[in-house]
Amino acid sequence: METAPKPGGDAPPKKNKLRAKRKKPRERRNPEPQRTLSGAQDPFPGPAPAPVEAARKFRRIDKSKKLLHSKSKARSRLEAAEAEEEEASLRAARSELLLAEEPGFLEGEDGEDTAKIRQTDIVEAVDIASAAKHFDLNLRQFGPYRLNYSRTGRHLALGGRRGHVAALDWVTKKLMCEINVMEAVRDIRFLHSEALLAVAQNRWLHIYDNQGIELHCIRRCDRITQLEFLPFHFLLATASETGFLTYLDVSVGKIVTALNARAGRLDVMTQNPYNAIIHLGHSNGTVSLWSPAMKEPLAKILCHRGGVRAMAVDSTGTYMATSGLDHQLKIFDLRGTFQPLSSRTLPQGAGHLAFSQRGLLAAGMGDVVNIWSGQGKGSPPSLEKPYLTHRLSGHVHGLQFCPFEDVLGVGHNGGITSMLVPGAAEPNFDGLENNPYRSRKQRQEWEVKALLEKVPAELICLDPRALAEVDVITLEQEKKERIERLGYDPEAKAPFHPKPKQKGRSSTASLVKRKRKVMDEEHRDKVRQSLKQKQQQKEDGKKPKPTGTRSSALDRFMH
Amino acid sequence: MSVTGASESLLALSQQEQPVDLPRDYPLSASEDDEDSNGERKHRKLLEAISSLDGKNRWKLAERSEANQSVSEFNISSEGIREKLALSDLFQPIKMSSSLVTVKKQLKRVKAKKTVALPLNKEEVARIHREIRTPLEQEILNILHKYKQPVTDPLLTPVEKASLQAMSLEEAKMRRAELQRARALQSYYEAQARRQKKIKSKKYHRVVKKGKAKKALKDLETLRKVSPTAAASEELEKMEKARMMERMCLKHQNNGKGTKSKSFRAKYDLKSRQAMQEQLAKNRELTQKLQVASESDDEAGGVEEDGLMVPDVSAVLMDTKGSNPWMCRSCTCHSRESEIQKDPELPPEHVTLKDSESEEEESPVAEENTLLKEFEERQSLRKRPEPSTYAEPMVCQETQAFSSQEVLSELKALSRQLSKEDRQSRKQKVNSIEVALRSQEEEKPLLLQRPERIQTLEKLSKEGCSPNMEIPRPVLQGQQRERNPDNQPEAPKKKRKEQTIDLQNLLTTKSPFGKSLAVPTLEELEGEEERNQKQMIKEAFAGDDVIRDFLKEKRESVEASKPKGVELTLPGWGEWGGGGLQPSAKNRRRFLMNAPEGPPREDKHLPNVIISEKRNIHAAAHQVHVLPYPFSHHQQLERTIQVPVGCTWNTQRAFQKLTTPKVVTKPGHVIEPIKAEDVGYLSSPRSDLSVMQRIPKGLSVWHRKQLKDNSAG
Repeated sequence: METAPKPGGDAPPKKNKLRAKRKKPRERRNPEPQRTLSGAQDPFPGPAPAPVEAARKFRRIDKSKKLLHSKSKARSRLEAAEAEEEEASLRAARSELLLAEEPGFLEGEDGEDTAKIRQTDIVEAVDIASAAKHFDLNLRQFGPYRLNYSRTGRHLALGGRRGHVAALDWVTKKLMCEINVMEAVRDIRFLHSEALLAVAQNRWLHIYDNQGIELHCIRRCDRITQLEFLPFHFLLATASETGFLTYLDVSVGKIVTALNARAGRLDVMTQNPYNAIIHLGHSNGTVSLWSPAMKEPLAKILCHRGGVRAMAVDSTGTYMATSGLDHQLKIFDLRGTFQPLSSRTLPQGAGHLAFSQRGLLAAGMGDVVNIWSGQGKGSPPSLEKPYLTHRLSGHVHGLQFCPFEDVLGVGHNGGITSMLVPGAAEPNFDGLENNPYRSRKQRQEWEVKALLEKVPAELICLDPRALAEVDVITLEQEKKERIERLGYDPEAKAPFHPKPKQKGRSSTASLVKRKRKVMDEEHRDKVRQSLKQKQQQKEDGKKPKPTGTRSSALDRFMH
Repeated sequence: MSVTGASESLLALSQQEQPVDLPRDYPLSASEDDEDSNGERKHRKLLEAISSLDGKNRWKLAERSEANQSVSEFNISSEGIREKLALSDLFQPIKMSSSLVTVKKQLKRVKAKKTVALPLNKEEVARIHREIRTPLEQEILNILHKYKQPVTDPLLTPVEKASLQAMSLEEAKMRRAELQRARALQSYYEAQARRQKKIKSKKYHRVVKKGKAKKALKDLETLRKVSPTAAASEELEKMEKARMMERMCLKHQNNGKGTKSKSFRAKYDLKSRQAMQEQLAKNRELTQKLQVASESDDEAGGVEEDGLMVPDVSAVLMDTKGSNPWMCRSCTCHSRESEIQKDPELPPEHVTLKDSESEEEESPVAEENTLLKEFEERQSLRKRPEPSTYAEPMVCQETQAFSSQEVLSELKALSRQLSKEDRQSRKQKVNSIEVALRSQEEEKPLLLQRPERIQTLEKLSKEGCSPNMEIPRPVLQGQQRERNPDNQPEAPKKKRKEQTIDLQNLLTTKSPFGKSLAVPTLEELEGEEERNQKQMIKEAFAGDDVIRDFLKEKRESVEASKPKGVELTLPGWGEWGGGGLQPSAKNRRRFLMNAPEGPPREDKHLPNVIISEKRNIHAAAHQVHVLPYPFSHHQQLERTIQVPVGCTWNTQRAFQKLTTPKVVTKPGHVIEPIKAEDVGYLSSPRSDLSVMQRIPKGLSVWHRKQLKDNSAG
């Protein structure tokens, strides 16, 4: 057995990786190696080779749509845009060099099942700092626990069913606050920073600061069962027993919308981190996708024959894992088709699901946690064989992978367990965005910047790239109105007027002739185009009819 | 002409009289004088009719019968003149002329006397009452007696008399009325048919034709349900008839004007060649003689060991099956047998084994007997010269002949299609049977494999016989995919067929059962087991509802998102007005402006998804909705704004480069207004800019150079 967990957080705090020193572009212009005084030659002459392959993932222009023929000015603009894109993507690809940390992994010795490796084995094998990240909190008194890591992955909030609320810096094990709210706690969630804490209590939603002081009691959000925080929109989404999905803007303290899902009690909710869509699971086996801008679900997917028990969406927004009362665990593709990719029947069905940053899927089934892994980042987890399993001292009640740490936090009847899961988290963090080692001052600065960059709630839609598209409907409507207002189409092509010519060549007959010629030419163009279109259509019709298998010469005797 | 007219009127009179006779037991006592006057009137009418015989219609002036002071038209009544007074009576002398009186008296006397019947001549009497002398006469008399022919009084035979007595007057009238009605109906129908035949609309005729075909099919179906044999025989008859017609008229032979021209063109034109070939093929098909049982006897001859005529039956059925879709269903089991016989790969022992087993399953003897009977019946029907339909009344037959002609062609087309499908499926079946058998033979010993194989074969036959039904067949598909790569292209077709099936499959996909190493411990095992079971049952039965509800919801949302048409109906337009007015369906349909169909829904091919088609107007407010100058299409603009500019998505340098302003100014530097020489513009001496031209002489060399550089750009 060989283990090499790679907790990414061990690296010293790094400034922005993007602000790295780079060769000046001027250097690239002279390809011949520079002569030095000593006469030594540069072993790698010229600029560093452009990482074209790596740059591909940073390309943003969608070239799948074919453009019509554009005029020279427009063409030059397009070319400029493409050049910009290329340069920006190359620069981004080059800067990947600075992502020094590599993800951890766990490999069994020649065919050994990794699922048989226990936590104690892993802890024995790793360094002390990493081993310290595996711990158990025995909190048998206050019932099953829900937990939440802050976005930097540094802080942990836990809420026991029987009113126990605590927040701690789990790496240093420094307790920030610990209170008992004397009321049932349904869910707990950090707001944009670790300084604020939302707790869904039996009646209302309460907000505490990191000292445990109650800041707000939001009575308009009552009987909340689940909480989700959308960090870029500063929205706290709450699902209630009464069937309402409420969006609370925590930056201004206003309720943005309250949507009635019309599907009874809501107790399964998750967010899609890619587009900030809220997924709700219902008892009739459907999952509905919500945005605060729309009063009805953007999409509804029938996932299970029984009710939906748990859901999770991976960090790229590509895959959704669902588990239902029919004991099935399914992975759906969220890129437009919403079709199941793989499914698996579990002996007891999964009650809790969580995706890690690198696409590992954890499922809590009773008192067992199973973790499946995929081929790497951006691939769906294969449900063939579990990557890791772990048995806990109580039934699972909350699951979350810690960001930027190879740690899975599990809240259960007996308290909190922090498991080591090698290869779960993203090893490199963006110091400007989520810096686990940030100071108080840095946090405050970040807060201001984040607030300035707050995304309006109404921009949440299924495809966030759609915002970079032109609103064609309004465009055409306005064009139509303009034509109506003016009484003519200002963009219409002017009719042809032949130029006056001298020496008697401008007679009426010749004018008419010239006009006719132009008209005929236009007509011919039109006919040519339509013919071409027809031909293309024919070809298109022919194309999708390839015979499934190659016909062999012996086939003629079959029929 | 006039004579006939008068006679007609007479006839009418006599007819009018008839109903008077009818009520015989009418109380006479009260209306004796009435009857008297009635008789008078009739008499007068008769006289009038007679007088009008000569052709001229004379006006009979009404005469005044009473004396009155003022002669006025109002006092005159011509009613009942004869009863009371006649003008002739007034003019007549009171005393009658004597000569006439005597004559009258004589006449009366003569009338009162009754004539005595004169005895006939002896000869005549003898002729009537003649003795029978010769044996010939004796025989004739015997024959006459035998057949109850009248001998003496040769007016009516007893049969005729009986028949006369059998029918009373009312019955006769009723019968006549019936006949009249039938005749009228026939004439109406003929007129209607003539009118319809004259309609030139092809569409109308097409619709009528289709309707008739459909009706005939339905009838046949019902008939088949009631008595399959009769249906089959009818079918055969129809085909026979079509063959006869074709042979008579040679419609599809190439001797028509159009076909001749087509055949001429066929040398050069591929299409017309094809058309000709098609026509000839049709002709061949129509004129082909139906296969009779005796011909196919020798085909399947020696293979069977059963003493019965089973092979014949199956063979015939197989033959008819090709063209007749209704027969193929009734003989599934036999077709299966015959297929197995056809299969050359199978050793004969397998066949017999298989046969006996399949027969055991379906009580074979009884069924065979019935089938045999049917077959015999069919054969006898075929041989009988007179089809049963001839017995029907004439009118019906006409209409049927009219319709059946058109129906037939439709039927033929249908059956051809069906048979084609059938053939295909059969072929496939045989293939798969081979495959299945081979694979199993490889794997298992012969004895063990039997039950399973039967099962698969049964499945196969079921599928083959009902090509339209969709039966999920996981096992088979797998096999086919493995062994028969030819069948693969069919798979996607089937997939597309039904939404619900797809959805079912989607939700009940066989997923591997997860075997995790650490199976979750079950606490309170005893109590939970029951609950688990209950839950399992609930889960098992909950599923269907979920799917149905979802499909319903989807249907509703699709309906809701469809663009609605605009109704422009004006109530009361072209109709009667009034309260409770409802525009007719026709009008409503006519004035309904259908909205143009929008783009296809995104979830059109996703049965388990409902994607909302509503536009997010809040997000749309943030989108660009104007097209700036150099762009002519919105896609061009989109390309230029797809690259994000912010530092969140770019490296620092890229961000700086993307956001550099076009003009950079340094703080603290004065920006001079633009001058002509900056642009390299030299103008005429009179303008303000003329200074430039004069200056060069006094400029230093450096300055000149500078200026030159500037003007060069």
